[in-house]
Amino acid sequence: MNPVTIATNTDLQWKDSLTTESSLVRWVLIGTAFLYLTLFLFVPLVAIFTEALKHGLSSYVDSFLNDDALAAIRLTLLVAAVAVPLNALFGVAAAWAIAKFEFVGKQALITLIDMPLAVSPVISGLIYVLLFGAQSWLGPWLAEHDIKIIFALPGIVLATIFVTVPFVARELIPLMQSQGREEEEAAITLGASGWQTFTRVTLPNIKWSLLYGVILCNARAMGEFGAVSVVSGHIRGLTNTMPLHVEILYNEYNAVAAFGVASLLTLLAIVTLSAKALIERKTVSLNRQNIHV
Amino acid sequence: MNLSLKQPSVLPGFGLTLGFTLFYFSLIVLIPLSGLFVKTSSLSWEQFWNIVTTPRAIASYQLTFGASLVGAFINGIFGSIIAWVLVRYHFPGRSVVDALVDLPFALPTAVAGITLTSIYASNGWIGRYLEPLGIKVAFTPLGVLVALTFIGLPFVVRTVQPVLQDLDREVEEAATTLGANRWQTFWAVIVPELWPALLTGIAMAFARAVGEYGSVIFIAGNMPLKSEITPLLIMTKLEQYDYAGATSLGVVMLVTSFVVALMINLLQWWSSARHMNQ
Repeated sequence: MNPVTIATNTDLQWKDSLTTESSLVRWVLIGTAFLYLTLFLFVPLVAIFTEALKHGLSSYVDSFLNDDALAAIRLTLLVAAVAVPLNALFGVAAAWAIAKFEFVGKQALITLIDMPLAVSPVISGLIYVLLFGAQSWLGPWLAEHDIKIIFALPGIVLATIFVTVPFVARELIPLMQSQGREEEEAAITLGASGWQTFTRVTLPNIKWSLLYGVILCNARAMGEFGAVSVVSGHIRGLTNTMPLHVEILYNEYNAVAAFGVASLLTLLAIVTLSAKALIERKTVSLNRQNIHV
Repeated sequence: MNLSLKQPSVLPGFGLTLGFTLFYFSLIVLIPLSGLFVKTSSLSWEQFWNIVTTPRAIASYQLTFGASLVGAFINGIFGSIIAWVLVRYHFPGRSVVDALVDLPFALPTAVAGITLTSIYASNGWIGRYLEPLGIKVAFTPLGVLVALTFIGLPFVVRTVQPVLQDLDREVEEAATTLGANRWQTFWAVIVPELWPALLTGIAMAFARAVGEYGSVIFIAGNMPLKSEITPLLIMTKLEQYDYAGATSLGVVMLVTSFVVALMINLLQWWSSARHMNQ
């Protein structure tokens, strides 16, 4: 959808009596929406922090300031630090090829890039176990050379990359397609190099969507549970990411600590949603300026 | 790179970016995924069929697909109401609600899982009021439905919302001027416009729910034949080193997901074709 139409349509006020409902219907609908959102969104959100703070602030802080939790936080940051830049690079490259050129099979490629989103996280982990596990045909060779992929860091990184591959590409492809290629063609014709054209013409046009794609990719990378659970082996202090640590604590009936670590992941989710709202506002106001010029 | 497959352009970097895209995507996604089918092909058709039709597997499909479908329809109804309210009405806190709708996307599934479990357990904030009514949610199939409804919540809202925003108000005014009441206008003018988006949203919520693992396993109770979803059954088989079993069930799920994804693509193509005609 074209962002420009969002900007103009949100300005419309639906107050015209010809096309709006009686105030009774209106408040019933708003009430229904709020009830549903309360049950499924507001109550869970409040519950996470209430459970985490049940035994006071100091035991809350203790829940993530201990060796196991800190190791989990470090591992999660490390995995995201590898997965997110690689997928951002992939997203930019894919969007450049798809948006700036016409070639056979383009539509199929766009559909293909979304494929990991349709795959169950458990299967995303399973395929790497089949490829690199001890029972696979690569297994004996890997064991011989003492290379650990499954139940080790590389497996966790691979599964995370798989799950988050499409996020940056999905943000950039429709945007760059709608922007066309005239500005870049002008820059090249005027003698700019390909790299100069990208950094000075394309990048300023896509920076907000790129940033949002990266934030979304990061949130998913840090929060991934199913795929990582299959390949991790759940070794405490070694291959436990934050979501896996939450699971272990919860299964040990240590609810306060589980919700303590969970609250950090929830804060990450809230930051992600706020960033989305801010970036949306930013791009809408940019478009509005363009309309007025 | 066969250049005749590409239209000429003055812009550089086609070979480099497309080459990297295809190389990276093949390495990370296509080759590992095809391994699933290669592994399954080592089984005979009969072996495969016996694995994927055990009573335990069939019970897990019924729960996974059934709960996903019901959850998607619940979201179809309430998601449409939420989208309508967000686009058409102004009320305090609207922008916060709008932003929060995406929470199930952004919240890690394990966090959603433990939270829903503690709320809907018999001593939880909501569960304690359902218990006297004889309704048990946590550790029953109903818990699976709650989790799958939660994670599907944003899809319908986010597909219906832009269509409602784009809807031409003059058409509604015309209907009213021609004597239709609000209810008739809604059914005869607005609903036909929303159909493709609504169906797309429901299909997306369904697709997401079918594969879901993290938010379900805590609340489900995970009793074989009763409250065990297919992804968990795959996980259980993996933990027992039953790779043939895990892989066969994985293929069933993957093929189903692709069929649903194809349907979503057709629905989107249908809705954009309708837009073009106008």
